[in-house]
Amino acid sequence: MGKVKGILGKNAVPILFAVICALGVYYSGTGIPTILADLVNRFDRNALLVLSLILPVISGMGLNFGIVLGAMSGQVGLILVSIWEIPGLAGILAAMAIAALVAALCGFLAGKMLNQTKGQEMITSMILGFFSNGVYQFIFLFVAGGVIHFTSDILLSTGIGIKNTLEMGTMQYALDNIQIGGFSTKVDMFTALVFFGALFTAYYLFRVLVKKNRERKYWIRLIVSAVLIPAGLIGGQMKALNMYKMMVRVPVSTYLLLFGACVLVQAFTKTKLGQDMRAVGHDRHVAASSGIHVDKVRIQAIIISTVMAALGQIIFYQNLGTIDTYYGHEKVGTYCVAAILIGGASVRKATIGQAILGTLLFHLLFNVSPLAAQNLFSNSMVGGYFRMTICYGVIAISLILHTWRSHVDRQKKSEEV
Amino acid sequence: MEMVQKRMQQLGLPRIIIIAFIIIIFFAAFLQGQNMAQLISDSLVRFGQNLILALAMMPAIMSGIGLNMGLAIGIVCGLLGGMISIELGLTNIYGIACAMLIALMVGSLVGVLYGKILNRIKGSEMLIGNYLGYTVVYLMCMFWFAAPFSNPAIIWPMGGDGVRATVTLDGYYSGILNNFLSFEIGGITIPTGLFLFVFGVCWIIRIFSNSKVGTTLRAAGDNPEYARTSGIAVNRCRIIGAALSTALGALGIVVYAQSYGFYSLYEAPTTMSFTPMAAILLGGASMKKVNVWHAVVGTLLFQTMLTTALPVANMLLPDGNLSEVFRIIVSNGIILYALSQAGGEK
Repeated sequence: MGKVKGILGKNAVPILFAVICALGVYYSGTGIPTILADLVNRFDRNALLVLSLILPVISGMGLNFGIVLGAMSGQVGLILVSIWEIPGLAGILAAMAIAALVAALCGFLAGKMLNQTKGQEMITSMILGFFSNGVYQFIFLFVAGGVIHFTSDILLSTGIGIKNTLEMGTMQYALDNIQIGGFSTKVDMFTALVFFGALFTAYYLFRVLVKKNRERKYWIRLIVSAVLIPAGLIGGQMKALNMYKMMVRVPVSTYLLLFGACVLVQAFTKTKLGQDMRAVGHDRHVAASSGIHVDKVRIQAIIISTVMAALGQIIFYQNLGTIDTYYGHEKVGTYCVAAILIGGASVRKATIGQAILGTLLFHLLFNVSPLAAQNLFSNSMVGGYFRMTICYGVIAISLILHTWRSHVDRQKKSEEV
Repeated sequence: MEMVQKRMQQLGLPRIIIIAFIIIIFFAAFLQGQNMAQLISDSLVRFGQNLILALAMMPAIMSGIGLNMGLAIGIVCGLLGGMISIELGLTNIYGIACAMLIALMVGSLVGVLYGKILNRIKGSEMLIGNYLGYTVVYLMCMFWFAAPFSNPAIIWPMGGDGVRATVTLDGYYSGILNNFLSFEIGGITIPTGLFLFVFGVCWIIRIFSNSKVGTTLRAAGDNPEYARTSGIAVNRCRIIGAALSTALGALGIVVYAQSYGFYSLYEAPTTMSFTPMAAILLGGASMKKVNVWHAVVGTLLFQTMLTTALPVANMLLPDGNLSEVFRIIVSNGIILYALSQAGGEK
């Protein structure tokens, strides 16, 4: 009983939101296959952006609202590629290369700024996001075409400034739908289940057998992934699940990429630099006295986070298909932070599992809340406001709880002394 | 020469940049053949219109909360006051007095609650204030939909549910302060009533900040540890600061609306707390130090710049919103500058 209570207490936030999501799904009156198909797409778009928040949290810099800079860098890459008219997958890869460079530079500058304002990193990164949004708008509304002259379809008719929305053209689904030997990598749900079941089974077998991670959780994960294979095989044959087979298409190539990113982040935390980040996050002074360059490590964390966000934004748009030039990046920070917090993360602790769970729950909520509100209050706008309230409310409440708790801890400590 | 250097140092870099910028804008406006008198009149109105919102930052900074990023909470309280005054069908002086009274009452009550929350989260007031503000604004968005108002001036014209996105004050108290005793000198209109009112509020705040309570607040904000040992109830001071700030925010939006002619509801308040913050910082306030002059000078400079930049930029580039982009860069740049000046922990 005590154990159940412990698990409930630790995971109160994700459980609460799972309940809200379940209610939302029920009241939206939409079929599960439709919702699942949408969720598969939304996860594909947002997972990497949310994952990019993990490293700064580990380094003790809190939630990096400055991934907005990364998102902007991603858009810079896409806009340049659109100007040069590089089509398809080559365009996406070129955009990623450019975006990574721009993001690394932005991340470096942001890191420098955040080192000036230790203890206020979150608010600084947030204002930094607003500020660079202004600079970004200035560049693409006025400098592009106004100062730097060029001709392109994506300019406004006056020749000054980039259009509000850009079509991705052949770049849409360039990653999601890579063709291998004439076969699309976008497959139905059950094939994907078999494929990823096998992949995860192999991964956890590797963890258990080679890396000797023999704790119980790894055994459980191994068994669950092994069960996915027969589940996929049987599900694909069942007539009753035909709707699922037809509607839910999983872009395996992008999901593979996301899986790779998770493995990389996991492996990174075990490296020397990753351990340094952990040490800095735990206690800056102790880390500094044991010879770690605290400021440098913090800058590196922000650079990696920003670059990941830039790549994430490109994946986002290759799925969505239309670039929202001036507003697409604005709320990325808020949404991703809300997502990871809903997954159970806090300002001091964030794991890959929390990022993934949070992305799923947050976007499920985003998907169903307008329809649910339409059915409950006969007004879909209320649903829109409801989800924004949830989004900001989650951030506010979890920040309040975290700060409050650390105050209480500190007071206890000083009383003991 | 030394005298000039000394004055420049007193003025500080941000203000020198902005003043230089304003001079350039005025010069450009003159060359473009803009109606200079109109520009100055507009600047004066915008100055008075925004001053109380900037002033609302002052009690918060004094009591050690820092910039009140949750000013949106106060603004929402003011909007509520405004809506009630229109719903009751009160016009002219009665309307605005009713709106202000309700705004101040609701604002200070909500502000006390807000202050109590801020007391639990010392050190993260700005971040949490910001997100609390957003949360309240979106909660109120849902309220506006369900609000039981019946005055046709407030609800959607086609019989929809709830309040309109913008509620006009024509026929209620649009421009009532601006037009009171206003006169013209050389084509420049002086909004006497507006100035009388906002400077009156400034004067009250100045008296307050020099009073015993004000001094206590300042001491609590300056060095909380020291204040506590000398017997000041620091938490109480912070609650007073938050309540005053929120109440002033509520009052500020009523004054703003009577000059602007509209109440903007729903998501509008989310962006409104940044301009007053930038203004008071530009005026020379820091995260710790502030006085009434910072708000006055800052608002005058910032609003003059924004007002005059708009027509000049529009003539340069008819499409696109150059002056809005400009506002984003300047206001957030100033806040960033202040954050970096405050310096972090070691």
